[in-house]
Amino acid sequence: MNSILEWISINQQIIYIVILMIFVGIEVIGRVPSVLHTPLMSGANAIHGVVIIGAIIVMGKAETSNYLALILGFLAVILGTLNVVGGFVVTDRMLEMFKSKKK
Amino acid sequence: MQEHILTICYLVASVTFILGLKMLSNPAAARKGNLVAAAGMTIAIFGTIFLYHDAETGAGLHNLGWIFGGLCIGGIIGTLAAKKVKMTAMPEMVSLFNGMGGACAALISIVEFNHLSAEIVQSGVAAVSAGKILIIVLGLIIGSVSFAGSIIAWGKLNGSIKDFSFSGQNILNLFILAVTLGLGAYLVMQPGQSMFVYIILTLALIYGVFFVMPIGGADMPVVISLLNSFTGVAAACGGFLYDNKVMLTGGILVGAAGTLLTILMCKAMNRSLTNVLIGSFGGNKQGAASGNTAQGHYKEISLSDSAMLMSYANKVMIVPGYGLAVAQAQHICHELEKILNDKGVEVKYAIHPVAGRMPGHMNVLLAEADVSYEKLLEMEEANDEFKSCDVVLILGANDVVNPAAKNDPSSPIYGMPILEVELAKNVIVNKRSMKPGYAGIENALFFQPKTSMLFGDAKKVLQDLVGEIKSV
Repeated sequence: MNSILEWISINQQIIYIVILMIFVGIEVIGRVPSVLHTPLMSGANAIHGVVIIGAIIVMGKAETSNYLALILGFLAVILGTLNVVGGFVVTDRMLEMFKSKKK
Repeated sequence: MQEHILTICYLVASVTFILGLKMLSNPAAARKGNLVAAAGMTIAIFGTIFLYHDAETGAGLHNLGWIFGGLCIGGIIGTLAAKKVKMTAMPEMVSLFNGMGGACAALISIVEFNHLSAEIVQSGVAAVSAGKILIIVLGLIIGSVSFAGSIIAWGKLNGSIKDFSFSGQNILNLFILAVTLGLGAYLVMQPGQSMFVYIILTLALIYGVFFVMPIGGADMPVVISLLNSFTGVAAACGGFLYDNKVMLTGGILVGAAGTLLTILMCKAMNRSLTNVLIGSFGGNKQGAASGNTAQGHYKEISLSDSAMLMSYANKVMIVPGYGLAVAQAQHICHELEKILNDKGVEVKYAIHPVAGRMPGHMNVLLAEADVSYEKLLEMEEANDEFKSCDVVLILGANDVVNPAAKNDPSSPIYGMPILEVELAKNVIVNKRSMKPGYAGIENALFFQPKTSMLFGDAKKVLQDLVGEIKSV
């Protein structure tokens, strides 16, 4: 029990962020028209590509002799980049079409 | 100094993510919002590469060659894949990219766990905190489920994987999930058992496959959106692990927004999330069977008759569906609209919110073919206008115009809002065959006296129709 309380108080900053972000996330897209569901999902998909930063840190910390970490880290960087770049480009392509019809 | 700049980079990136999402939910600002978020992401990535220093040792990142190599490979493949993909295949592409993110999170967890194992061997179990292992295990499980599930969803959308379910599957799924979580909890308490991490990985992957397998293809958008929020949470686990605020913000933001979006999508279909996940379309065999008995006689209409009917109509409403998307018929559809316009016929499009395979799918497709925004009517507007329409042309849509949703309580789609096309004077339905739509149920609309069937591939039929109308 004590250790749990201690853990909460050590990580309270993070817990605050988590709670606030949950509300922000819900609030921010609360009134999205159904037309934009697909692009919004795709955009959110690109944003969680932020996991790439973890991959970069893993890769950058791996010792040059630790081949397993190097290979897995390298794979993670590639996959993360795919998520980010592909996600943003696909979203842009979808939204490009929304724009052209406005003219 | 450098770490302070990095903090600011992360702060800026976090704000751009929130702003980006906000703008993405507004049609006028959406594209800019995407670019804003992308810019923030770029700042965060390059800030990390050049400014990151280990909190304990103060060492910067090495292996920069590997990192840039990975970024280049991923960037080039990602851009090419995203640019080349056809508009119709967008949904499965999103699913695939989502899977990549999940796999990335899972890989990070594996590497970090191996680091911890090495620490344990050196300085004993007491050296590692249980909280850290918990986060690693959570990231591993969620990331792997998201990866495996997304790949199955991708396969289902492009048709290479068929729906597959057996009785008791839900129970088996729960069992696998329980075992996975149980092993995870055991690992948190006994972090020395490093082999367990691979067993958990395998089980989580299996669970991901089994989780998506029984869900019908028509529900894939909802599933992808859900897995999308899973990956968000997995990314947030990484943020927790490295005490990295931007990963945390971005991950939780997507996790929350993705969950809400999933619920909104379900609402658009008037179904609950549990109903989608436990599977009523796939599982409700009785409903499908009772629908099948309601067969009757349908009548076919020839191309020239359809052309005649439409040329002399005052107002034609086009109802596009998945059939239009698979046949890539959006451009020829626009051409039909122009020709009819030249003949003085008013043409509009009725867009059901879940027509096609994803909400908004039809809008994107028709926009690609330069159909003007004002001509696309949302469901409520369209339902008000059907009364004044002479002809409704349904292009490969089925469940979204099925009157059973309104008047047959035993139907699996009962309660879903539909386009009330039967209010119009004539209904022409273009389908490839009499085969039922995704919900697997018969459509009584096809047997109504004012309905006529025009069989064939949407693109070919529309081409021929345009030819016929020209010669009328």
